[in-house]
Amino acid sequence: MTSRLTAHALSISGRLTPCDLTFSAGSVTMLVGPNGAGKTSLLHALAGLPESCGKVLVDGDDIHALAPVRRVRHVAFLGASRDVRWPLSVRDFIALGLPDQSQPGHIEEVLDSLEAGELAGRRLDHLSTGERSRVMIARALVSRSSVLLLDEPIANLDPKWQLTILARLRSEADRGTAVILSIHDLDLARQHGDRVIVIDKGEIVADSTPSQALSEAVIAEIFGVSRSGGRWVRA
Amino acid sequence: MIKALYITIGLSVLILTGISIAIPLQSLPALFETDPDLGLIVISELRLPRALLALVYGAILGASGAAIQALFANPLASPDITGATGGAALGAVTMAYLIGFASPLGIAIGGVSGAGIALALLLLLAGPRAETATLLLAGIAISTITGAGTALALALAPSPFAFYDAYDWLMGSLVDRSLTQLAFAGIPALAVLFYLTRCAPALDRLVLGEDVAEAMGHDIGAMRRNIIAATAIGVGAAVSVCGAVGFIGLVGPVLARKLTGGHPGRAILPAALIGAILLLSADIAVRFAPPDRSLPIGVLTAILGAPFFLSLVARMRWSARP
Repeated sequence: MTSRLTAHALSISGRLTPCDLTFSAGSVTMLVGPNGAGKTSLLHALAGLPESCGKVLVDGDDIHALAPVRRVRHVAFLGASRDVRWPLSVRDFIALGLPDQSQPGHIEEVLDSLEAGELAGRRLDHLSTGERSRVMIARALVSRSSVLLLDEPIANLDPKWQLTILARLRSEADRGTAVILSIHDLDLARQHGDRVIVIDKGEIVADSTPSQALSEAVIAEIFGVSRSGGRWVRA
Repeated sequence: MIKALYITIGLSVLILTGISIAIPLQSLPALFETDPDLGLIVISELRLPRALLALVYGAILGASGAAIQALFANPLASPDITGATGGAALGAVTMAYLIGFASPLGIAIGGVSGAGIALALLLLLAGPRAETATLLLAGIAISTITGAGTALALALAPSPFAFYDAYDWLMGSLVDRSLTQLAFAGIPALAVLFYLTRCAPALDRLVLGEDVAEAMGHDIGAMRRNIIAATAIGVGAAVSVCGAVGFIGLVGPVLARKLTGGHPGRAILPAALIGAILLLSADIAVRFAPPDRSLPIGVLTAILGAPFFLSLVARMRWSARP
């Protein structure tokens, strides 16, 4: 498999200890860990945010050396915040995710694929939290970037929409994208990921297939829970 | 549609400039009859600088307001409400009356530093993505401090006429400014305007969140520092020449965003044009004050702008209701 993203000596002072990572085309990687473990920090570092150190290559290009417009084709990032301060229309908001503002691209197509076509003309501040989440995911998808970095994309969504989004991300991976997302639901991480990275106190403690990375021992040690009689209990 | 709008705005600027130069109308024919040269001098050295000053000051207020609003992600931020204008006034007064460096350059340096310190203080107090209440409170605190500081500087000034002398300027006035003063306000304003319009795409992407804009490759931290410095230079230099004029920097961007579908960055250029039109219109309006009285332009913009500001606050409150 071709690698989409290669990271060397990735770190954020005080929040993420240095690590090397590679993500291949067509894979869905789940990032799990307790609150404050460093999932967001790792996503920030992979996105090459200014607070991070290290080298990130996407399709062979150093993303720090890319101009803003070109970077969008390489990496699309979705932050954890669903807060929007300006009352833009959904269509205009998604267009901000495109590398070139003059080309409307396939905004309607992306919205339709998330069953949100009817939202296109509505104003962001008139949407529900769940609708806004879907619009923000659409914004990250619209640039058809090589790598998708999503911070808890399915938080705030009801079960049906969680599954819809995960299926949509799988189809994105099938197009050759490397999809990396943080997630709290360990069952969904296991079922829908090709690879799971467990992070705790700013350090990667497991990085493997879902069943290996999310072994009972790891879950008990890192999350302090265990499975008993089909449901989660405190360990 | 958008093109037609810009043509309309551009034409309004030209027509208003013409009106500004022509008024008061009755004195012109008499002037040209007695001494055509004097008539030309009156137009080129008094009336044209006044009209151009109104245009550049209005434009820099509108553009700075739009940029500050985009940066703080808050439609109520503006040079006057954030205390930048008050800081510039304090800086200029301190320079002119306390330090005694009263040349246009000295006053301009004072204005720019004052505005810069006020904006830096605001960023420190309220943070980069301030809630409206925090932003307004921090702005009020800074405005109160700078207002008191300005009064104190004038009271301590060696010249006994400092208060009287500074009154006209503090309330905002475009009357009797020289071409040199026009240059001191205009050149920084145009340079800053150019820079701010170049920030427009990054400011629009800031709508997606600071982390997302940074992931797209925009250095938001550097841009924040640069925009604070740029607006301090543009507004500070203009205040040092024309005094404090409020509300143009608030109203201009709000109207401009109606033309840009709510995009805060794209609104910078139209906000500059609308700001120019508003201040030029206000400067034409103050000439209709009762004879022998002069109405400070800052008072007029405050009288008209304050109700607009209140309606904006009320609208935000109502739309925020669950």
